[in-house]
Amino acid sequence: MRIGVFICHCGSNIAGTVDCTKVAEIAKKFPDVVYTAEPMYTCAEPGQTAMEDAIHEYRLDGVVVASCSPRMHEATFRRTVERAGLNRYMFEMANIREHVSWIGKEKDANTNKAAELVEIAVAKLRNNRPLTAKTFDVTKKVLIAGGGVAGIQSALDCADGGVPVILVERESTIGGKMAKLDKTFPTVDCSACILGPKMVDVAQHPNITLHAYSEIEDVSGYVGNFSVKIRKLATYVDWEKCTGCGVCSEKCPSKKTPDAFNEFTGTTTAVSISFPQAIPKKAVINARHCRQLTKGKCGVCAKFCPTGAIDYAMQDSIVTEEVGCIIAATGYDLMDWTVYREYGGGAYPDVITSLQYERLLSSSGPTGGHLIRPSDGGEPQNVVFVQCVGSRDKSIGRPQCSAFCCMYTAKQAVLTKEHLPESQSYVFYMDIRAPGKMYDEFTRRAMEEYGVEYIRGRVSAIYPDGLGQYVVMGSDTLLGEPVEIKADLVVLAVGIEAARGTRALAEKLRISYDKSGFFMESHVKLKPVETNTAGVFLAGVCQGAKDIPASVAQGSAAAAKVMALFARDKLENNPQIAFVDLRRCVGCGKCIRCCPFGAIKEKDIRGETKAQVIETVCQGCGLCTSTCPQGAAQLSHATDNQILAEVNALCR
Amino acid sequence: MSNITDIRLKRDAGFIAEVEAASGQKLSTCYQCGNCTAGCPAGFAYDKQVNRIMRGAQLGLKDDVLNSRAIWMCLSCFTCSLRCPNNIDVAAIMETLRHMARKKNMVSVRKVEKFWFSFLNTVRAFGRSWEIGTMALYMLRSLRVFTDIDLAPEALKKQKLPFKPYVVPNGGAGAVGRIFKRYRERADREGVRP
Repeated sequence: MRIGVFICHCGSNIAGTVDCTKVAEIAKKFPDVVYTAEPMYTCAEPGQTAMEDAIHEYRLDGVVVASCSPRMHEATFRRTVERAGLNRYMFEMANIREHVSWIGKEKDANTNKAAELVEIAVAKLRNNRPLTAKTFDVTKKVLIAGGGVAGIQSALDCADGGVPVILVERESTIGGKMAKLDKTFPTVDCSACILGPKMVDVAQHPNITLHAYSEIEDVSGYVGNFSVKIRKLATYVDWEKCTGCGVCSEKCPSKKTPDAFNEFTGTTTAVSISFPQAIPKKAVINARHCRQLTKGKCGVCAKFCPTGAIDYAMQDSIVTEEVGCIIAATGYDLMDWTVYREYGGGAYPDVITSLQYERLLSSSGPTGGHLIRPSDGGEPQNVVFVQCVGSRDKSIGRPQCSAFCCMYTAKQAVLTKEHLPESQSYVFYMDIRAPGKMYDEFTRRAMEEYGVEYIRGRVSAIYPDGLGQYVVMGSDTLLGEPVEIKADLVVLAVGIEAARGTRALAEKLRISYDKSGFFMESHVKLKPVETNTAGVFLAGVCQGAKDIPASVAQGSAAAAKVMALFARDKLENNPQIAFVDLRRCVGCGKCIRCCPFGAIKEKDIRGETKAQVIETVCQGCGLCTSTCPQGAAQLSHATDNQILAEVNALCR
Repeated sequence: MSNITDIRLKRDAGFIAEVEAASGQKLSTCYQCGNCTAGCPAGFAYDKQVNRIMRGAQLGLKDDVLNSRAIWMCLSCFTCSLRCPNNIDVAAIMETLRHMARKKNMVSVRKVEKFWFSFLNTVRAFGRSWEIGTMALYMLRSLRVFTDIDLAPEALKKQKLPFKPYVVPNGGAGAVGRIFKRYRERADREGVRP
């Protein structure tokens, strides 16, 4: 074998703390190495061209590049060697940047370690075999989990591009959090007016199938061929028959049902449609508050329903959809702010969340858009907004910024003035984060034109003064003094967390999530939409806090990724998968039981039971390899022999 | 422009390290939200509010911080430590600053120190505090004979000012006294003002 070794300087990233020339000299003595080079930037065009030239000139049949992490440039260099006529798997990478030069300062030690890593890579490469990918068909259909604004945008873009869309929404209506908002910043235009038409488009688009009030039960398969089980929760109303007339809700006697859509600022009926623009506009019975379902006595809605849609015996049903890609757009929920006992822990009726305040401002909310105090129905004169409640707070384990609270707080303060011109708003803030287009201008306007008083400081405590008002104990750090404000209403800008159930969904999708529960993108800068599971993409706040424009942009970006993938009729698998040596296999079936992907099946070969790998299903995790008692199951490109060769090289 | 602080000249890196080592807190974690100031019940008596003390310590403005009245008016109620979003034990930093000020003989509010001595003297003698004794000692030390005397009738009526001290029985008072002795020996050894 003729091996070429390239020791990359990476500018001064590697050469600064590793003697690359010495590493190259040492590498020359390794078996089968016939050529070494030290490019300044191997990944740059001249570096790649030089590598191709060297492969031709020295008739190399294997290449080792010692440079950065394979996560950075393995794919790049595999393409380079392929262009020069080699099989892309006749290439190995030694990570001497992240694993050496960036973490150690001592040059001699670094140089030794780099040389050893190169030796390991050479030893493995000598045992490499050319691998070829198999092709398989793609189901050109996408499933989108979550019908908020990001999911809606993804759905519409995919559907417009001719891709059939399955949109799954947990609530009875799509629209997500945006549907609950009264107005949106920085233009203060009505949220329902800009989201409503998009929701109608979803309902009317021939390429979109909507499963509302449904949850994802199970996901199996792989990119191009996912099979998703969807649990359609029992609504107790036959949506085929329901016309959304609302008679059931008018007649329902159970009028004290907590209203989740209105963030529990009001009550609704046990059978109801969440809001006038709901899509689908269908009624749902809340089983916990329905008199028929809890006490077995009522049946009023069934009696009055003009189409006979009420079905008290309805059960959950399971639908299975075959799709090629999945977009997760599951959004967020507010964190449980009641951990702040010093703010009353939820015991004070006039200390409310920002989302509750949106419902109080909204004309489709419980007060019809009339801004009142929840406790006594009076109009608040002094409204205090407290920012960063549950954000940037290490003491409760939430160090992150929720990204959009600064802006909606400014918007809510402006709206307060518009609703009640006599009122005065105060905002306790730590930093105003308004980096978007026209954002800072907006917060300035809140101060300059609407007279909102911004006070730089956190709030230590809120307590009722006994006379109907609340004392907000804050500080003005710019003044350097503690301050107190008597408020009629306190609005907390509560921080966000990943939506409930996100972790369970991540496990079903086999994607990872960060400490706060947000899904992890494949690369924080360069692959913000992809996940580490091929064919699963992210859109909206489920990936990290962002506002509506950014969510919409990411929704479109995810759709573009799906369409790019579907532009190909066939996909190639990754050939770094398991195979079974039939001579060694004793047919014990341990590999079949341990495989998390169901990628190994039993096969009868001349009367003997053997294991066989389904090549398009295997993900190359290697569990079977380490489970097999006979060493019959092996992982291509990481066989026992290759790993032992690496160990031998190091231990010699 | 003599009132401009030249941070480069006044910044004392050694002081920052000393405060961090003695208090076990990392000063740079403070992002100046002011929650400590907002909840401080003694803030009305401070010359500089807590967050300004924290800022001074962060910048290493040693004299400003150690000469402040605030560190002596602190009640050690720990509200600041409880509410700090960055888990900084602010009260421990105030305590550290008081110790440092005493070591450097920079106590700006002497009468607070005098009160503490008076209080601790009674504890050393009896193993428990004795209010009337504390009062008498403090009056002698500070020459503030009539301070808070108006509270006395009410306190006497509620039996909060016993004329006889409560001595911890079974040798307890002596044990407490020995703790004071040990501390005094260590203070002498290490050159700290007792």
